[in-house]
Amino acid sequence: MTAVSTRGVTPRTTLTRGAGLGLGAVVLWFSVLVLLPLAAVVAVAVNGGWQGFANTLGNPQTRAAIELTVLTSLGVAVLNVVMGTLIAWVLVRERFPGSRLLEVVIDVPFALPTIVAGLVLLALYGPSSPLEINVANTRTAVFLAFAFVTLPFVVRSVQPVLEQLDREAEQAAHSLGASAGTTFRRIVLPALIPAIAAGGALSFARGVSEYGSLVLLSGNLALRTEVTSVRMLTYVENGNLAAASVVATVLLAVALLVLVAIDVLQRWLVRRG
Amino acid sequence: MAKTARRLLVVLYLLALVVVPVGLVFWNALKDGLEPVVEALTDPVVVHALQLTLLAAVWSVVLNAIFGVAVAVLLVRYEFPGKRALNALIDLPLSVSPVVVGLSLVIVYNVRDGWFGEPLAAAGIQVLFSTPGIVLATTFISMPLVVREVVPVLQEQGTDQEQAAQSLGASGWTTFWRITLPGIRWGVIYGVVLCFARSIGEFGAVKVVSGNLTGRTQTATLVVEQLYQNFNQAQAFTIAAVLAGAAIIIISVVATLRVRVERRGA
Amino acid sequence: MSIIVDGVTKRYGSFVALDDVSVTIPPGRLTALLGPSGGGKSTLLRIIAGLETADRGTVAIEGVESTHLPPQKRNVGFVFQHYAAFKHMTVARNVAFGLEIRKRPRDEIAARVDELLRLVHLQQFADRLPSQLSGGQRQRMALARALAVEPSVLLLDEPFGALDAQVRKELRQWLRRLHDEVHVTTVFVTHDQEEALEVADDIVVINGGRVEQCGSPDQIYDTPANEFVMRFLGPTTVFDGHVVRPHDLDVFSIAVRDAVRAEVTEVQRVGHEARLGAVVRGASGITTVSLTRAHLADLEVGVGDTVWLRLAKGASRLPIEVSR
Repeated sequence: MTAVSTRGVTPRTTLTRGAGLGLGAVVLWFSVLVLLPLAAVVAVAVNGGWQGFANTLGNPQTRAAIELTVLTSLGVAVLNVVMGTLIAWVLVRERFPGSRLLEVVIDVPFALPTIVAGLVLLALYGPSSPLEINVANTRTAVFLAFAFVTLPFVVRSVQPVLEQLDREAEQAAHSLGASAGTTFRRIVLPALIPAIAAGGALSFARGVSEYGSLVLLSGNLALRTEVTSVRMLTYVENGNLAAASVVATVLLAVALLVLVAIDVLQRWLVRRG
Repeated sequence: MAKTARRLLVVLYLLALVVVPVGLVFWNALKDGLEPVVEALTDPVVVHALQLTLLAAVWSVVLNAIFGVAVAVLLVRYEFPGKRALNALIDLPLSVSPVVVGLSLVIVYNVRDGWFGEPLAAAGIQVLFSTPGIVLATTFISMPLVVREVVPVLQEQGTDQEQAAQSLGASGWTTFWRITLPGIRWGVIYGVVLCFARSIGEFGAVKVVSGNLTGRTQTATLVVEQLYQNFNQAQAFTIAAVLAGAAIIIISVVATLRVRVERRGA
Repeated sequence: MSIIVDGVTKRYGSFVALDDVSVTIPPGRLTALLGPSGGGKSTLLRIIAGLETADRGTVAIEGVESTHLPPQKRNVGFVFQHYAAFKHMTVARNVAFGLEIRKRPRDEIAARVDELLRLVHLQQFADRLPSQLSGGQRQRMALARALAVEPSVLLLDEPFGALDAQVRKELRQWLRRLHDEVHVTTVFVTHDQEEALEVADDIVVINGGRVEQCGSPDQIYDTPANEFVMRFLGPTTVFDGHVVRPHDLDVFSIAVRDAVRAEVTEVQRVGHEARLGAVVRGASGITTVSLTRAHLADLEVGVGDTVWLRLAKGASRLPIEVSR
């Protein structure tokens, strides 16, 4: 779930002619399909100049949307850091009957179409909830939707690290007198921090860009439960591509920041051995 | 925290967040029997949407499989300037909002002043509000998935076999087809399956580029939204259940396959 | 006071790792648990440390009944084969760890860490990370870490197993000198008989989950309790229906009293040693004799010649057992 890590012991050679052509084709395809369109978004946004940015970001509805999205994503990232680490621990260290099933459960939010995720949450937490819990059209719904779609990120980030941990280091700590809690805090957790951070960053990035699960669940009420993706869509539907691009550029900057952070984190990881 | 308390917390959290809500969707879809299900699935609008979804997903899988394997080989086996940048950028489609994806395609392919849209329109090719746009959006969104599954498998495999083949006289292409590709086939399979799952589930990007025209450019996910908003909840839940069921089956199969392959290979 | 292990049994599924093992480890001395891989010695060590629990039996450490105590409460220091370093902490913090969780005052910790790092000759590496140290240095750090909390017992599980042969030799000498300075009851596990013979005060030979023999290195080598111990502790050969040591056989080129006639089948010089293989009249199998090169040269014998062999007086010998 983290950015592709290419550390390995396989030898690498400089480009042969065939590989060079392949690289060219690949880069061309990637540019045409992904990079150019994204660059076009930034271009349109920049085209409007500082005035364009100021106008769009000054719009109270847009500001409210950005605030709500960023704050909720942060909150959910924190929740995921705690719950995700806990879930990874239970899955790796405590095998009990049914834990295999939990593995599949964890992947469900990642595999479900986002609109279906929205319906799924509506089933239990919406107007026709059998438990009479109705949070549709509230900010809680936004938090809930984010929590659902970002569930796997920290878990899947932490799990492999946990599986590879040197158990003898924990035993050494025990023999030196450390309780289970102290051992976790001082020996295990420090080793997990990079993975937890990477997962948390991905969770935040995903929350910020989430759309489909909120469409039906949050009601998209302006200034209350409207997120940036919805705001952007409104701009697009009204033909205001410039304003949409401004918001998009802000989100793109966030996404890029997250990717860079993960790359830096992973290299730091490698240095630590 | 005590062991049972930990497990209980985890189980309850997952039940409340995932298991019960998903179960309820199936319950809602099936509670009135199979008749409404069949009715919903044979509705011409729905049938068209499912076909369109499948078409886009297949295109996406094929294009991304080729791209994914090529990028994986380049990243793992070669050094070149800009490699780290490419590596970091590959994940971009997964971190970007689907609405942004849709927006970017609208800007580039729109008929009025799109960089590609204008010339393509002159040639008679319509991208937006039409199938090609949907294919592009779907391919864009699931691009990194094959790469990420193939890279670790390729790294594990090492170059020994490839070097042995080359020392026996095999050309680069032959080596790739007969040695490398079979060696990474499981990574490719997982990547393709995940790509497929992601493609049938795409919503936001497709909504923007397709114009959401009923019976013409609606995918299954868009149909779900429309049905729910037209107070046709039962049908909405049915289609949603179908999509959810497909997704769950896919990840279950992948999970079991992974375990079995690992056990055999170990 | 010492370690008293009584009737300990441990099973892993159907595999019996330890079978009713009873052993007394004398206090203040350096004891080796010696035996082939998979024989149960590491399991026994870990049971003493509390890192595993026995299915049956008791463990008492320094007079305290410890069978059900968690490792935290046993006050034993443990050193692992693969160091078990705290990778994200400096060498100094690693060594300080045990003291920090006992909430000792900071200057006391700093002083003790300094003292220990000097003891193990790592004081100039105090601020390095374990990944920046060699294997031997990491193991010395692990020792310092274990000693920091002044354990009543120090346990080492194949401590030099992961190191090069040369480093292994150096470190085992170093461990002996350390023990002479510090005098903590020390138990270490090894499968290398040379290591045990060279370093330990007492040896416990463990094979197949059972104790074969306990004693000093001399006792174990000179008066082995059975054929297994004899074969494991040093080279053996067969002579006159007994298992004997090749260097306990005297070779003569003329008949002497009590000597047996044999025909030479091979002559070999290995480094500074020489070996002679001969077949005794009427016996099957080749008897190998170790002798000095000078002695071999004096004998002036080659393949096919006749020699006379005699077991040295008082040499250890065991009748050949029917295979178990």
